[in-house]
Parts: sequence; structure tokens; C-alpha cells
Amino acid sequence: MKSVVVEREFAHPPEKVWRALTQGPLLEEWLMKNDFQPVVGHKFNFRAQPNPHWNGVTDCEVLVVEPNKRLSYTWNASGDEAANGTKTIVTWTLTPTKSGVLLRMEQAGFRPEDEGFYQGANLGWNKMFGTLDQVLARI
Amino acid sequence: MRASPDVVFRSLADPTRRAILERLIREGELTVGAITGESGVSQPMVSKHLAVLKSAGLVRHRRDGREAHYRAQPKGLAPMVNWMSRYRDFWCDRFDRLEKLLERMDQ
Repeated sequence: MKSVVVEREFAHPPEKVWRALTQGPLLEEWLMKNDFQPVVGHKFNFRAQPNPHWNGVTDCEVLVVEPNKRLSYTWNASGDEAANGTKTIVTWTLTPTKSGVLLRMEQAGFRPEDEGFYQGANLGWNKMFGTLDQVLARI
Repeated sequence: MRASPDVVFRSLADPTRRAILERLIREGELTVGAITGESGVSQPMVSKHLAVLKSAGLVRHRRDGREAHYRAQPKGLAPMVNWMSRYRDFWCDRFDRLEKLLERMDQ
């Protein structure tokens, strides 16, 4: 299992960042349409524009709510895509700093097959990746 | 109907097929004859490889008289998308948007 981690320091108080993470309308402004509520056990969806490869709906359930400190929810593929799709947990951690807050997002639980290309060790794959990356960018 | 990652992966595991697909991506539509010319294998083998790529959804073909024309179908690669790097880009972008929102919000 592997994680994606993104960290950034913001020159804003933790309470303000917490609001942006937990108030539905604010959350929609920077992340996605949602029916999130900061209540452990609450089931909700994030909704994005669907495309031919994705129904646009993420199934979530709130796991942890520690105001101004930690927030965690499941982040799973939905509908027909649920069986073989992404099944991860997103955890937000807020750590106060001198000038504001360090915000850390960890999306954990990626399986080897989610990494794509199976880290193919074959000769020639690297060249292929280069080409495919450009192609994928256009999809 | 899209192919599973396994099918796409298996179809690309063969270096000749990878070379054929790369060429189609690079050069657009080609006839079986033109593909055979530079592939170093016989035309029946090329046709076999193209059939595998086609069943994986990576190429499509049309008939024009006696000739079959093939072109790459990049969308067929979608099952192989690297979800981790996709999500890394996604979250970095969302952090940017969050930063802008925080600037706009009241204390």
C-alpha cells in the first residue's frame, strides 16, 4: 500500500483552514461539490464532471473529526467502478506554525495496480512511458 | 466497454506490439502494409499483433477497398493511467485553489 502526500504551510490560522476543509460550500469552492458534514460516520459524495472514463462520483465516509487538528474520510470509487477502483483514505492534519498552519494531506491505501504501468522493468518501457505520458495528457 | 488493465498491460508486454502502437501514435493512420514495412516481421504476424491491440481497445481500424487502415486509440490507455501521480497532481492543484480561497475568506 502506498500514499500520496501533499504538504503546504499557509499564513492563516488553523481555525480558518479548518472551516475551508469542513464547511460544505467553502469545500466546494476549492475541492468539489459535496454533501459533507463534519460528523463521524456521515456518508457523503464528492461530485465532479463525469467523463468517458469516470462517473465523477467519489464515495466517502467521515472517519475522524478533531476540530482544527485532524480530519479523515474514506475516498472510494463509486457505482460500477467501485469493485476495481480506488479505495483510499484521505487524512488532513493541521499543525500550528509561527506564521499560520502546516496543512498535510495524505491519501493512503493505493494498491500496486493503482500505480499504473506496473513499474515495468522491461527495456524500452521508459521510452514508452515518455510517449504515453504525452498521450495521456491529451485524453 | 473498456478493457481491464490486465488486458491492456498484456497487449503492451510485447515489444513488437509496443513499437507498432508507438508508430501509430506518432504517424497517425497507417495501412497494414505500411506498418509491416518497418516492423521487421511478416504481414500475417503484424495482423495478429494488430488484432491483439484492437481487442485491448488500443487501436481501431477501417477498411478502404482491399486495405485495412489502423490508427491508435489513445483512450484505450485509460485503464493504465497512473492513479497515484494523477492524484498527486490533483491535490497540488487543489492546494493552490485552497490558498486562493483562504485569501478571500474573512478571518
